[in-house]
Amino acid sequence: MKGDPTIDRLLQRLHGGDPRALARAITLVEDQQPEAAQLLAGLDQKRIEDVLVLGLTGPPGAGKSTLTGALVTALRKREYRVGIIAIDPSSPISGGALLGDRIRMMEHALDREVVVRSMATRGRLGGLCASAGAAARIMAASGCRVVILETVGIGQSEMDIVRLADLTALVLAPGFGDDIQAMKAGILEVADLLVVNKADQPGAGKLQLEMATVFADPKEREERICATVACESAGVATLLDRIFTLEREFRSNGQLQARRKRSFQLETLDWAVEIVKADLREKLKTTIFTSTEPRRAAMELVSGIGKRI
Amino acid sequence: MKYRVLIGKPGLDGHDRGAKFIARALRDAGFEVIYTGIRRTPAEIAAAAVQEDVAAVGLSSMSGAHLRLFPAVVDALAQAGADDIPVLGGGIIPAEDVETMRKAGIRAIFTPGTPVDTIIAAFTEACKKQRGHGVK
Repeated sequence: MKGDPTIDRLLQRLHGGDPRALARAITLVEDQQPEAAQLLAGLDQKRIEDVLVLGLTGPPGAGKSTLTGALVTALRKREYRVGIIAIDPSSPISGGALLGDRIRMMEHALDREVVVRSMATRGRLGGLCASAGAAARIMAASGCRVVILETVGIGQSEMDIVRLADLTALVLAPGFGDDIQAMKAGILEVADLLVVNKADQPGAGKLQLEMATVFADPKEREERICATVACESAGVATLLDRIFTLEREFRSNGQLQARRKRSFQLETLDWAVEIVKADLREKLKTTIFTSTEPRRAAMELVSGIGKRI
Repeated sequence: MKYRVLIGKPGLDGHDRGAKFIARALRDAGFEVIYTGIRRTPAEIAAAAVQEDVAAVGLSSMSGAHLRLFPAVVDALAQAGADDIPVLGGGIIPAEDVETMRKAGIRAIFTPGTPVDTIIAAFTEACKKQRGHGVK
């Protein structure tokens, strides 16, 4: 493939940590521009290998953004460059979105080593996994040691996002209902770490006890459950230590590589669906169907579609 | 094409009802709106606008500091290498200040009573023009 010199320049600036180039690169991918393919292929693979993509999920109001802000402060104390991808839902009606996660991270606004990007789910349009995964790699290529993916872990597309991460922490707080509520969400299964935030609030002790039943092994119970008061940074340094310990463990036992493989498949499928969807929409306009039954018509529509790409 | 815009409140003014109203109106018109919250410095707003790669910045002021703060955001954007991102502003702004603000590089000024559709149209126009420039 012949390289577009504009994209080569963009890559060069992005690898040097230029904030504008980095932001532009993410937009190219998010808007599914044709240049995105060349851009993504040119990213520094070593940096992508070394990055830790940390998923932070939990119900609205549990303190995810505040905890992200506190984790960023702790990471900056250790002199790591950090990226944050904060995902909020798009309105299914207007397609618009109000992205407000930055408000809790404004203390880092002037730090060039902290990159924040708000991203809307863009609902029906899909492709969120592809966009968020690519954005994480772009941030990694710009030199980020850790990229935090922050999202409400509810609904299919958000759950897929969680699966993109190398390691996932579920953030809970007292006052959101009992342990049955947490189990209902189905998210406990994918969480590597359970964070009981707002640990100074009434009910936090009970929540911690309930969460303890998730892990059968007492050692795991000790290591996988953390109590924090994010707005006061309490417990955050310990949480970060545990995150890095778990990262080392996952890198040495092959878990991380297995997860990267899974997220590769997830993203590839997402891109493929996006590509085919556009093609199908075009074909839909011109096809004369022999069947009036949608299931059958769909078979007619997809026949031969792979050959066109 | 989805347009991303940033709505911010520079300075010490905490009256954010107008800013939130505009943020919601733009969201309902299909924009992706990044809201920075109140009491931000011009440099913070510019840095956020660059990181979020927005096509326009909207500022709100109710305290009378617009003559100082709005042009300061324009300057901060230029310093961040983003002088192509247009700045639009609104709030309690006396009629005699409108021309001064335009000359200082504010693309459009909205005073109380401006229909929300006019504001949305101005943002759409500003975004379209900015995105037309291609990769910078």
